Amino acid sequence: MSILVNSRTRVLVQGITGKEGQFHARQCIDYGTNIVAGVTPGKGGQTMDAVPVYDTVQDAKEQTGANASMILVPPPFAAEAILEAIDAGVELIVCITEGIPVMDMLRIKNYLEGTKSRLIGPNCPGIITPGECKIGIMPGAIHKAGGPVGVVSRSGTLTYEVVHQLTQVGLGQTTCIGIGGDPVNGTGFIDCLERFNADSETEAVVMVGEIGGNAEEKASAWIAANMKKPVVGFIAGLTAPPGRRMGHAGAIVSGGQGTAEAKIKAMQECGIHVCKDLGSLGKLCKEIFV
Amino acid sequence: MKIHEYQAKELFKKYAVPVPEGSVSEDPADVARIAAQLGFPVAVKAQIHAGGRGKGGGVKVVRTAEEAQQAAQTILGMQLVTKQTGPEGRLVKKVLVEKGVRIKKELYLSIIPDRETASITIITSQDGGMDIEEVAEKHPERIIKVAINPLNGIQGYHLRQVVFGLQLEPGLMKTVSAVVRKLYNLFVDYDCSMLEINPLIVTEENEIIALDGKMDIDSNALFRHPDVVAMHDPNEDDPMEAEAAKFNLNYINLDGNVGNMVNGAGLAMATMDIIKQAGAAPANFLDVGGGANAEMVENGFRIILSDPHVKGILINIFGGILRCDVLATGVVQAATKVNLTVPVVVRMEGTNVEEGRRILSESGLKLINATDLADAARKVAEIVT
Repeated sequence: MSILVNSRTRVLVQGITGKEGQFHARQCIDYGTNIVAGVTPGKGGQTMDAVPVYDTVQDAKEQTGANASMILVPPPFAAEAILEAIDAGVELIVCITEGIPVMDMLRIKNYLEGTKSRLIGPNCPGIITPGECKIGIMPGAIHKAGGPVGVVSRSGTLTYEVVHQLTQVGLGQTTCIGIGGDPVNGTGFIDCLERFNADSETEAVVMVGEIGGNAEEKASAWIAANMKKPVVGFIAGLTAPPGRRMGHAGAIVSGGQGTAEAKIKAMQECGIHVCKDLGSLGKLCKEIFV
Repeated sequence: MKIHEYQAKELFKKYAVPVPEGSVSEDPADVARIAAQLGFPVAVKAQIHAGGRGKGGGVKVVRTAEEAQQAAQTILGMQLVTKQTGPEGRLVKKVLVEKGVRIKKELYLSIIPDRETASITIITSQDGGMDIEEVAEKHPERIIKVAINPLNGIQGYHLRQVVFGLQLEPGLMKTVSAVVRKLYNLFVDYDCSMLEINPLIVTEENEIIALDGKMDIDSNALFRHPDVVAMHDPNEDDPMEAEAAKFNLNYINLDGNVGNMVNGAGLAMATMDIIKQAGAAPANFLDVGGGANAEMVENGFRIILSDPHVKGILINIFGGILRCDVLATGVVQAATKVNLTVPVVVRMEGTNVEEGRRILSESGLKLINATDLADAARKVAEIVT
């Protein structure tokens, strides 16, 4: 078992003929992901390697039965690409693009309500069920299939670091999700935690947060009330100066809100095992989970 | 991207939001002339990207042309220190000269995107002209928040929540509603991440005027706002951060002495944290991004080394799609070119890590290899302490 994606997921790639789209579509195919279609307006009828390219998401979905989309288009066009996927009824939309204006994401977030689509990201590495399906830009090789750990994170390379350490200590992963570093995103921590909680193969969860907003605090409260499995948490940004955006658009302490200290405190109060030293996260997980 | 008060007020005018009569200047004699034309009293206001200007001596109300010139002479060229500038202050290059108004009542109004509810939120209070965080703490009942779904936009009932909440006299409700609606439109049209007017005033003549104006515009949306890009004031940039931005590097200057270069923002923050835990302090935040190449690494090195406080450097790279061997080659090339003057600890992990380590060790450079993150932080802390 796993959550959200598996070997039966049929993926289309929006922006497949662009430099990034082409490169990462190939990486996903090499990993074993079932990439069934690409979409680039004006390039319908062509192929990228053996993958058929369509002009619209609707065409691609009707012709190939795709049920997930990976979006790798430049920021000025990414919001529209998400809307196109929602309107075509794509169930899982994974938007990798960084730099979408907040105003666009506010509208998309509200528009998503009541549709059958789920959005992961934007500004994220994507989602992977090791050994089955990789929709995103994360390096496949650092993962270990078969569980028992689920990973959910706001970050990219920091997630790779965490996954790598888990693999090093012999802990495989069920599914790893990067929910993205933007202030307004689709799927949040709690959505993922709910699913990990219900997934029979996931026995424990690692949750990686960072400064900014209060998603970690809310997730912690949810964990205290509902989570049946142990959770290890990590928060980046203890040394970040207030009022500055630390790379991610959402990583900012403003008006004293969203500090790492407050998040760590909330996690600890809710029974999450907080890892204070990233270098030893793998070891800590082994102690707690095994 | 922040803009100056006078620039925000130009946008207010474009949206028919009333502002005091006035204009901006860099020259004291010119200020005296503008002031005389406006008629006294007149306010001379320093234009910097920071609040608290009045308390720092950056705003003066004057009653003659001579006083106006004197005030401008004092303010222009001063390093204005406010609670938001840090102790070094900010150089004032422009002043806004404005005609005085007769204030009957001061209101507070701001608009922000609320990440939690995915709405656009108007925050307003009848306690304008004061520190709004203080009001929120002491009299939370005097703060009115109205959340607006951006898909439907601002509706009549939102405006009624504002004007009834402010307990305005009936004669003013229509005017205030109209101003708030215009500001909401400005906020949305210009992709603002913050718009604040403190105070928004009611004059003795029952006019509504934006006496101040602060706007911050979403940097990710600048591609559709060339007029805002043209408002950029390089004088407000940190020189090192501006240099880094030229090369698409995400750099923030900090107080410590351990320079560090990392790929990815989350890992970069975590690396800063681990440097602190090892007993040292980070000199910067530097995210070279997931797709860093040799040239970016080289520029990153140059920027870190231009900070005289840096006594050691930690490079922490998690090679994913970007392979460690490619990165190691970049590091060696860059280190050879920039003439390294401080010790460098390299911690590399991920794809092709063995090949990457070999390239580093055979380079003949004085690079210190670290086996893992904890080891890296310890080694660099030993160097600088």
